[in-house]
Amino acid sequence: MRRNRKRSSVTVLVVAAVTAALALAASGCGGGSSGGGGSSSESTTTAIGKAEGSLNVIEWPYYTDKSFAQPFEQKTGCIIHRKDAGTSQEMFALMHANGGGGGGQYDLVSASGDASLRLIDAGDVKPIDIGQIPSWKDFLPQFKSPAHNTVDGKHYGVSVQWGPNTLIYNTQKVKPAPTGWGDTYSSKYKGNLTAPNNPIQIADAALYLMETKPSLGIKDPYELTKAQLTAATQLLISQKPLLKRYWNYAADEITSFKNGDVWMGAGWPYQTLQLQGAKQPIKEIVPLPTTGWADTWMLAAKAPHPNCATKWMQYVTTPKVEAQQAIVFGETPVNPLACPYMDKIQKGSCAAYHLNEPESYYSKIKFWKTPVPQCGWNSSSDCMDYNAWVQAWAQVTG
Amino acid sequence: MAVDAGALETGPLVRRARLRLSGFFWQRPWLRAVGLLALPLAAFLVVYVGSLGVLFVSSLWTSSSLTSTIEHTWTLANYRTIFSRAGPYLHIAAFTLEMAAVVTLTCAVLAFPLAFFMARVASKRTRAVLFVMVLLPLWSSYLVRLYAWQTILAHNGAINWALNGLGLPGQNLAYTNAAMWIVYTYVWLPFMVLPVYAALERIPESYLEASADLGARGWRTFRSVILPLVLPGIVAGSIFTFALTLGDYITPALVGGTSSDMIGTVVYQNFATNLPFAAAFAVIPMAIMGAYLLIARRLGAFEAL
Repeated sequence: MRRNRKRSSVTVLVVAAVTAALALAASGCGGGSSGGGGSSSESTTTAIGKAEGSLNVIEWPYYTDKSFAQPFEQKTGCIIHRKDAGTSQEMFALMHANGGGGGGQYDLVSASGDASLRLIDAGDVKPIDIGQIPSWKDFLPQFKSPAHNTVDGKHYGVSVQWGPNTLIYNTQKVKPAPTGWGDTYSSKYKGNLTAPNNPIQIADAALYLMETKPSLGIKDPYELTKAQLTAATQLLISQKPLLKRYWNYAADEITSFKNGDVWMGAGWPYQTLQLQGAKQPIKEIVPLPTTGWADTWMLAAKAPHPNCATKWMQYVTTPKVEAQQAIVFGETPVNPLACPYMDKIQKGSCAAYHLNEPESYYSKIKFWKTPVPQCGWNSSSDCMDYNAWVQAWAQVTG
Repeated sequence: MAVDAGALETGPLVRRARLRLSGFFWQRPWLRAVGLLALPLAAFLVVYVGSLGVLFVSSLWTSSSLTSTIEHTWTLANYRTIFSRAGPYLHIAAFTLEMAAVVTLTCAVLAFPLAFFMARVASKRTRAVLFVMVLLPLWSSYLVRLYAWQTILAHNGAINWALNGLGLPGQNLAYTNAAMWIVYTYVWLPFMVLPVYAALERIPESYLEASADLGARGWRTFRSVILPLVLPGIVAGSIFTFALTLGDYITPALVGGTSSDMIGTVVYQNFATNLPFAAAFAVIPMAIMGAYLLIARRLGAFEAL
């Protein structure tokens, strides 16, 4: 707030800004939109009002990394205040707390697909005008209006980055190299495998059953009937004796690989990069089909700084910034124009992160989405909801 | 009273007013009690008892699975889910109880000799050093200690390094229930040592001498004199170790294996999306602790606090 003195405004606005600094929430919003010529962020105009000087985000660690956030702060005067979350669960809880909608405190949340529909249904996020995000038209088609952030044609935020769930392994212990997810269900490396401690992991089992047991009739790994959910749960229970542990945080999995307790397991390119950076004998494969995650910057329903939020969504989806974030975190941009910038930062990274694959490749990655009772594939409501998944997961890990 | 009144006449104005005030409260003990207790009592009633009430009430509601909003219809569904034989929750509750019991027992066995030495054998100086050593771990963050244990217990960690150095085979301790048992025992041990120490220190030397005069040897004195007198201290310590284990979810997450879910884990996994269910499961350890405290009171634990 204090650094944002450049605004060409009269005393009234300065007073409003000071009030905003004191009383955080509503007054900041008022101060911003009063200078914006009356255009509300929900209308279809593309003009954005004045920046409010602050942007409060709930994020995955490094999602507003200083390397690309600092130029944004200097350009717009929107100073970013970060609240890191370790799991989707924590992210949802933070957004849902204090009356929901970000509690009048948070503006944006970098939600993954297993939380985004929950946030939409709970009314914690609100639609944005996608016309205000110029880079959106360049996105990979999968990420323009994906089911996990677009409902009834309304965009509850803008896709930002994605990645496949990968199979990470220790090259000294796992010989020959794994070829597919089947290796995580085989007893060859009994006691040295790991898997994420996340109910959405049931989808990985469901996807595996889709290939190996067509008689179950699984059409979508996130839309399971009771019988299908039970089958996936059973598979996971039978896998349990093979595992050393379920990992909760990415850092935990890294530690387990480093300490030699774990030799192979599902993770993200992030862990692989960290482990390789620490000179560990670690590689990963992306067995297809696989599950994957895709993250969305979503606008909090009670965002106190909507203009700064919009400016951030515009900025973070531009090709150069997309490339910077991808390399920092170890993930893939949704904007393919980022490709040359990625290669400029790190030669060959565009191909390494699969940003130049054909359409058929992307269609084999089933992106996380919150399980809901409505089955998309048989237009009935007998699919198991997220609470049922949580209880089934307790059956596995309990 | 008459003498006091005389003193009042002679004193300066402020002093007189002060004395009158203290006299006022001295004559009305109930008002004095209210004045002293009002704030902490209000905090206790509103913040603690009040929240427990809300917790219990919300455990009788349900949550919409779609919007995660609470639906205010009275139902026992959450408790039915917990107590259903097919579900995982009874097993998780039993595992939690078992872990708490084993940890408490281990802490008691380890704490007794240490506390005995500190209370009755050690010189003043040694006692001070031991006190610092018992309390020192509490000065660092619980999380830091857990992560340290992760490293110690790891496949290539300190324990296996030492075992291999002695020519013994390495153990698979990392991410097991045994790892949780070790870590819990370590982190809660100070909470057992202190009350046991307090109880041991209060035993008069003459009791032990009398026991010896009557011909009792060490074991007999321990069983018939020391143990009954220390028991309230052990029970008091066990309240801490038991309750702390019952409510924890971080240790299973960081050092537990594949079947390490505890009550706290389930509460953590559900509180954001299914608050009423999380509340219902949180009532279970409260009920257990309630029963435990009643038994503890019978055993005289509160005299040793």
